[in-house]
Amino acid sequence: MVTFKFVPYHEVEGLSSAKRVNKLLRIVKEDKIVIMEGRLKRQEEADLIEITMEEISPKFKGIELSVICPDKDKQDALQRIKGTFADVLLGDRQGLTIIGPASIVKKIESNPDQIELFTKDSRLSKKVFRRR
Amino acid sequence: MVTSFLKSFFKKLSLNPFSKKSHIKLGLYGPPNGGKSTLANRICMDWLGEEMSAVSHIAHETREIKIKEQVSIKNKKGKELTFSLVDTPGISTKIDYEDFIKKGLKKPEAKKRAKEATKGVIDSIKWLDDMDSVVVVLDATKDPYSQVNITIIGNLQARNIPVLIAANKVDLKKSNIEAVKAAFPQYKVLGISAKYGKQIEDFYEQLFALAK
Repeated sequence: MVTFKFVPYHEVEGLSSAKRVNKLLRIVKEDKIVIMEGRLKRQEEADLIEITMEEISPKFKGIELSVICPDKDKQDALQRIKGTFADVLLGDRQGLTIIGPASIVKKIESNPDQIELFTKDSRLSKKVFRRR
Repeated sequence: MVTSFLKSFFKKLSLNPFSKKSHIKLGLYGPPNGGKSTLANRICMDWLGEEMSAVSHIAHETREIKIKEQVSIKNKKGKELTFSLVDTPGISTKIDYEDFIKKGLKKPEAKKRAKEATKGVIDSIKWLDDMDSVVVVLDATKDPYSQVNITIIGNLQARNIPVLIAANKVDLKKSNIEAVKAAFPQYKVLGISAKYGKQIEDFYEQLFALAK
């Protein structure tokens, strides 16, 4: 069985970068796959990798990470303006961040339109997340 | 403490009287087994006549930052560029010692390699702030849309560090430089074969543009 844990943006928006990263990593270490609304800042993504490395052990082998977000190049001017306003008013909640424990998630393949998540157990179905 | 404060102050103003132009740090970054050390060796062999790093088909061969000071290269016009070449451990989000066992290492050796590799990844990330220019070395036979690649390039962009993407291993049939270009359209992508020296002259020319 694979468990997905949805983390809405409002649950992490008030947290400091360190607390945000630690909260996500704590869920992943419970062998759950995080689906977070929005994305981490670039520095936070690097921090996530750094903290993950610090916690690697024979039991915890690391994470698989992927982000899917709207392709701004394919948006018209109005959509971009709306997106910018939404970011300013509501925070950077566009897109989805998927983080899974490496012991469960074998690979996440992403391209701008979809994410394919391959689990270690090949009997489990491949989950596909598509951008709306 | 005062010196540290002044350094930080001038860095924010982009006016660092402590820095020397001749000490440009050129970093080689990327995921494991992309060919960073092979490229570092190619550069050092071409311009210094000696190798810099050990290379291996087993991932995470480079597990600590390696620096070669005073590498001077010349372009066709005779212009010279001197830099410190920094070969970094590959950045990865997961390290499993069992993967090294599958590659033929014994368990204690595999565990040691895994532990050193995790430290290497941390060091690579910490060193990002010290780089003046970076060549991101990607394996052109692999899917370029990995989050590690995106995170590395995004962090360099956030720090305003000039980036050149070297799509390595173009000597292999499976290589797809167009896929790398499509993944990072805002960057200069150059297909090279560090192992065989393919397009290496173009690569050296690009370093001059990168270090401007």
